[in-house]
Amino acid sequence: MAIKKTRLVVIGNGMAGIRTVEELIKMSPDEYDITVFGAEPQPNYNRILLSPVLSGEMTFQETVLNDWGWYQENHITLHTGKPVTKIHRKQCVVSTDDGLSAPYDRLLIATGSIPFMLPVPGIDLPGVVAYRSIQDVEAMLAAAQTGKRAVVIGGGLLGLEAANGLSLRGMEVSVVHINDWLMERQLDKAGGDLLTAELRKRGLNFYLTHQTEAILGEQHVTGLRFKNGLEIDADLVVMTVGIRPSIALAKSAGIYCERGIVVNDTMQTFDPKIYSVGECVQHRGQTYGLVAPLFEQAKVAANHLAEFGRMRYEGSLVSTKLKVTGIDLFSAGDFHAAEGDEELLLQDTSRGVYKKLILRDNRLRGAVMYGDTVDGPWYFQMLRDGTDVSEFREHILFGQAHLGDSGRSGAASVMNMADSAEICGCNGINKGMIVKAIIEKKLFTIEEVRAHTKASSSCGSCTGLVEALLANTLGGDYSASPNKKPMCPCTELSHDDVRAAISKHSLESMPQLMQTLNWKTPDGCASCRPALNFYLLAAAPDTYQDDSHSRFINERVHANIQKDGTYSVIPRIWGGVTSPAELRAIADIADKYEVPTVKFTGGQRLDLLGVTKENLPKMWGDLVAAGFVSGHAYGKALRTVKTCVGSEWCRFGTQDSTGLGIQMEKETWGSWTPHKFKIAVSGCPRNCAEATIKDFGVVCVDSGYELHVGGNGGIKVRVTDFLCKVSTEAEVLEYCGAFMQLYREDAHYLERTAPWIERTGLTHIKQRVVDDASMRAELYARFLQSQTSAQIDPWKARAEGKDAAEYVPLMAVAEMAN
Amino acid sequence: MNWIQIGKLEDIPRQGARTVTTPHGEIAVFRTIDDQVFALNNRCPHKNGPLAQGIVHGHRVTCPLHSWVISLENGEAVAPDTGCAHRYNVKLEHGELLLQLPDKK
Repeated sequence: MAIKKTRLVVIGNGMAGIRTVEELIKMSPDEYDITVFGAEPQPNYNRILLSPVLSGEMTFQETVLNDWGWYQENHITLHTGKPVTKIHRKQCVVSTDDGLSAPYDRLLIATGSIPFMLPVPGIDLPGVVAYRSIQDVEAMLAAAQTGKRAVVIGGGLLGLEAANGLSLRGMEVSVVHINDWLMERQLDKAGGDLLTAELRKRGLNFYLTHQTEAILGEQHVTGLRFKNGLEIDADLVVMTVGIRPSIALAKSAGIYCERGIVVNDTMQTFDPKIYSVGECVQHRGQTYGLVAPLFEQAKVAANHLAEFGRMRYEGSLVSTKLKVTGIDLFSAGDFHAAEGDEELLLQDTSRGVYKKLILRDNRLRGAVMYGDTVDGPWYFQMLRDGTDVSEFREHILFGQAHLGDSGRSGAASVMNMADSAEICGCNGINKGMIVKAIIEKKLFTIEEVRAHTKASSSCGSCTGLVEALLANTLGGDYSASPNKKPMCPCTELSHDDVRAAISKHSLESMPQLMQTLNWKTPDGCASCRPALNFYLLAAAPDTYQDDSHSRFINERVHANIQKDGTYSVIPRIWGGVTSPAELRAIADIADKYEVPTVKFTGGQRLDLLGVTKENLPKMWGDLVAAGFVSGHAYGKALRTVKTCVGSEWCRFGTQDSTGLGIQMEKETWGSWTPHKFKIAVSGCPRNCAEATIKDFGVVCVDSGYELHVGGNGGIKVRVTDFLCKVSTEAEVLEYCGAFMQLYREDAHYLERTAPWIERTGLTHIKQRVVDDASMRAELYARFLQSQTSAQIDPWKARAEGKDAAEYVPLMAVAEMAN
Repeated sequence: MNWIQIGKLEDIPRQGARTVTTPHGEIAVFRTIDDQVFALNNRCPHKNGPLAQGIVHGHRVTCPLHSWVISLENGEAVAPDTGCAHRYNVKLEHGELLLQLPDKK
């Protein structure tokens, strides 16, 4: 036990510093002896919730993120009320003015920021406060007890929240702002004017384009004077004109600073032993004052402190939301149109709704919303992802009408829903449960909400609603999931990172992959293993040794598990065309195995339900003998090719849709895809095979074949996008194979073609599959190559004895000995 | 209580499970990546899903029906879910797997 641990000293007991410590403990619980110095006397509390404390909607205790017990449990030495005043870099020791000192091997500076106080006469008078800490809030509340008139200098986010809080506490509040509209860093003039009008209605006074010259008073503040000579009375002055990174300490120790403490992408300062995170930091020229970026920085710093050495912080895009109850305001990105930008505007004065989107090259650069902000997270997501919006540009201002869908479309605002309204239908989680968990468990991210409530953890269709709830409950500092989402908690790497690493390092097996990429768990989890198995298989279809224990049960045993643990069996019926002999064979087999239910599927075939696992190989043997192969109805794979009767029978048919469908199914069956893949061929534009809600749909016309991609029924019905028109069956096959291959190489596991296309843009697909003939040919060739090892009937193999142990019990203990 | 021989370690695939049918119901016997063995009642506390068919990761199994995660060490569901699958003693002696079953009532 005498191993000496590495010593980590943290200067700053606030959100960024402690978040880093939390992340570090998660990754590497025993590596460090941790000492934390905090200037404030409190344990770590949620600074972004000061406004609700000021307005009386929350108590301070509710904002505490880590209570005293947390520090004890994690063996962290905590010194509160002890600002560090010196860093002795040569000796690697920090010290405070009252004689405390602590040696370090690694130092983390998280000193945050300090409010900027205007250099005007009277600034030091009692009754002049900043708005930064719980002490400031207490001072304001005390003033609200005795005084009547408050003046807030600075009409930014913080100033308006302070003004609103003081007004709710019964004070007469005036806001002084140098600009001619409020929140000019987050709002354009039109949005700012709407906000001013609304706040005036609520009783706030405004002095816009006014500049403070002096604060008046002898013993205590009594008022202030503007440069234009006007004087107003005040019993309390709150200064919210901006914050500055707190860098004095770092500077005095000779650490390189500009506006903030300069760090690299690993959050390391110019002194390699010293890291820094939070508002005190300057990264790639940027400083940040919102919590979401700080948390991303904390993750990266912790990763490097834990010596994982894998992550880089690459800067953040931030969005803002005003935490003033009843005012909906959202902004993100750069919303002042520059040359070459396009502006989309929606202004509905009587409803009090204003939306402005800035586009460049059909990608969102910025968004300002007032009055109706329910789509804020959606715009922000597209902004971060760089989504090409050209396909739905004409609707974009009206929002993501199908937000959360499941029949809930048009829900005006998730905050207007009743607490009992069900948000996550899969897990039966209602709005009240989610909001309660966010507040009580202090959740900041969608992953945390999933872990604590299960909401949005199954089918994911309510993710938008849950994100809206998070944004609305937390206000502006909602930590929207970072640009790069880790594929699961076993890693920090995203799906794209992992796919890139597989090809870069020529990874060939899962253990090798997990070791090379520093997986945090010994053998992954039920979420990453199937994804990795698919990625490895897609990268090397001829050589990869499939890992059946990383496949979901359905793919492992080639049948669909049912609620009672039995399975359903669906043989392939090419193009949905069958014969009396085939039907007779199926009927006999159903009789033989006493199949309780036989049902037609939506994909034109027959489902034999209620088969026990032990019977599967025998039944498959009989089906194979009758000429059937597996229908892959259980897999993330090519499912069916649905057809109509086409020109062979139909009086409207223009082409042989059944024949083409059968050819397509013969060519594509057996292929594994990121998610299930469905094809349909309709013989004429009446589209009886419903080809326009399939992953790949063919609509025959007199002059050829229209190809459509990216449709699906299911949770969120999506109609296909038109890809192109071709004139021969051979071309249909080539385009289909090329499209499937691009999907296999490019999409994330469990991402159907619809969200894949929405994420990457139809242009991305057209460029590769339509415009570039040689790329199409290469994709198609790779597809056909991978099919040579994929088109081996799994049923036949198992009927002949493959994986036999999988289907029988290890042992049957008939009778107990006494 | 009786220790019953049920087979050899190699009979269960690594990161997999096999079942043993007993008068007490079906019991799932798991083998983890580090070659440890665990035994649980083969019914998920949520909706009786057959745990032996789930994906085994670390010392946990994810139920194939609704993705509850169950700890193999004690049968408890991992938060936020709550519930418990009955745990049986199982051990490895000279390459033989032994499962402990209660006496017949």
